[in-house]
Amino acid sequence: MVSAAVKIDVRDLHVYYGHKEALKGISFDVRANEVFGIIGPAQSGKTTLLRVINRTLEFVAEARYKGQVRVDQEDIRQVRNVFELRRKIGMVAPLPVGLPLTIYDNVAFAPRMAGIRNREELDSRVEQCLRQAALWDEVKDRLNTLGTRLSGGQQQRLTIARALSHQPEILCLDEFSIAIDPVTTMRIEEVLKELCRSMTIILVTNLVQQARRLANRTMFLFEGEIVELDDTEVIFSDHPAQQKTYDYVNGIFG
Amino acid sequence: MKMRGMFHSRELLKEWLIEKLIWICGISAIFFVFGIFFFVFREGADYLLRGFHIREFFTSIEWYPTSRTQVRYGALALITGTFSVTLLAMFIAVPFGLGTAIFISEFCSPRAREALKIIIELLAAIPSVVWGFIGLTVMNSLIIHLFNAPLGLNVLNGGIILALMSVPIIVSIGEDALKAVPESYREAATALGCTRWQMTFRVLLPAARNGLLAAVLLGVGRAAGETMAVLMATGHSIRIPGGVLEPVRTLTATIAAELGEAPVHSDHYQVLFIIGILLFSITFIVNLTADLVVRGIRKK
Repeated sequence: MVSAAVKIDVRDLHVYYGHKEALKGISFDVRANEVFGIIGPAQSGKTTLLRVINRTLEFVAEARYKGQVRVDQEDIRQVRNVFELRRKIGMVAPLPVGLPLTIYDNVAFAPRMAGIRNREELDSRVEQCLRQAALWDEVKDRLNTLGTRLSGGQQQRLTIARALSHQPEILCLDEFSIAIDPVTTMRIEEVLKELCRSMTIILVTNLVQQARRLANRTMFLFEGEIVELDDTEVIFSDHPAQQKTYDYVNGIFG
Repeated sequence: MKMRGMFHSRELLKEWLIEKLIWICGISAIFFVFGIFFFVFREGADYLLRGFHIREFFTSIEWYPTSRTQVRYGALALITGTFSVTLLAMFIAVPFGLGTAIFISEFCSPRAREALKIIIELLAAIPSVVWGFIGLTVMNSLIIHLFNAPLGLNVLNGGIILALMSVPIIVSIGEDALKAVPESYREAATALGCTRWQMTFRVLLPAARNGLLAAVLLGVGRAAGETMAVLMATGHSIRIPGGVLEPVRTLTATIAAELGEAPVHSDHYQVLFIIGILLFSITFIVNLTADLVVRGIRKK
């Protein structure tokens, strides 16, 4: 653990979709520059949690939430500029969403919005992000084709590059490796290990071994509640605090 | 066994019938378009091949179809009339219509959206003769007062009336196009920290451009083809307008006003059908261009 400064602080967070309670009062914190793993079966509230943090949950008509979420000590519901909050957070969705733009424009999108017009600066930013997402070598000769022409796995890496392009302080990866082959996944994982020097990473994953490889701490969510949150070694040891955790990471249930 | 066989063949017959019925529905559009073109062309063809001065038609502003001594069929003034009114109408209606479509689709609350959509549909349902009536009375006196013009029936009047008539079409087609943009684009753009306007401008408009272009072109088609309202609102005077405050006459209004008086199969009657062919060609070219533009965009 590099630093114990708290980056995200979640207190007693409840989320409701209509009458269904998706998160049942969870509290935890994410420390600066750590890789924070979140594991758990489907419908346990992992994606919902990410959507609370970057305040995109409010676009879901039925959704309500209560409790407190603070990013850098600031209550996200009281931030003056929600767009600035979202720019702090890079989000990678499980299914790739290539904007209907060229590969270059996809990655240059956020920097351009931030006001960068200088071509060289944009070029180098795009190259750097595409390299970090392990996509550069495959697309460097066709940066001006539409991003949607890429294969599923390439599109996913494009969204990773895009999420990095505005140099976020927090990077949320929601099952990023679903559509990516194992070799590329390993390459991206190496990059993530580098990246956490300069940012905080929240890694939601269905592959428990991925959390084991990357995360400093791991949280096991199940049906909207935290079963266990501890250092990754503890979660994956033979004796985690909860029998349920042991069962899940060893594939006995879930 | 025999019963089952009969049942089977009746089933097949039904399938065959439905298939043919749907096929007929499908190709009927082609049939009608060619049918209309054929009949309009047939009515004008005789004169078109016999004594039609194509140069006079396109370059002269002298339109004296009923003169005893000097019959002239110069349609230039009518063509500029149609173009000037349509152009002005689009100049007003495109920004206004697209702006409304963007507002309804992206910026307003769900309740306001429903109310606005209903009102705009009502606007689309107003008969064109009522629009013409408004042009003739309300707009007319308004323009006379505001611009101190001698006459309120002119390009400006017709342009505004046509703009108001095209806006509902542009809004409803444009809104559909924006709604058809996948929600995931909005989410992705939002997650990147876009404001609503940045998202609209940089993501939604490029993504919906084909549909928006279609909306604009349907508006153009509506404006160029409109007859009754422009007949009443533009002053119906054959001349090349020097400004928006001068009266004009359009191609469509000429057909509507004169066809009833022209003896069937006379030269005059046939020239009016040639104007019909011209209008038909204009809309055909507009649509074809749109199609090519859209294809060009898609290829990239």
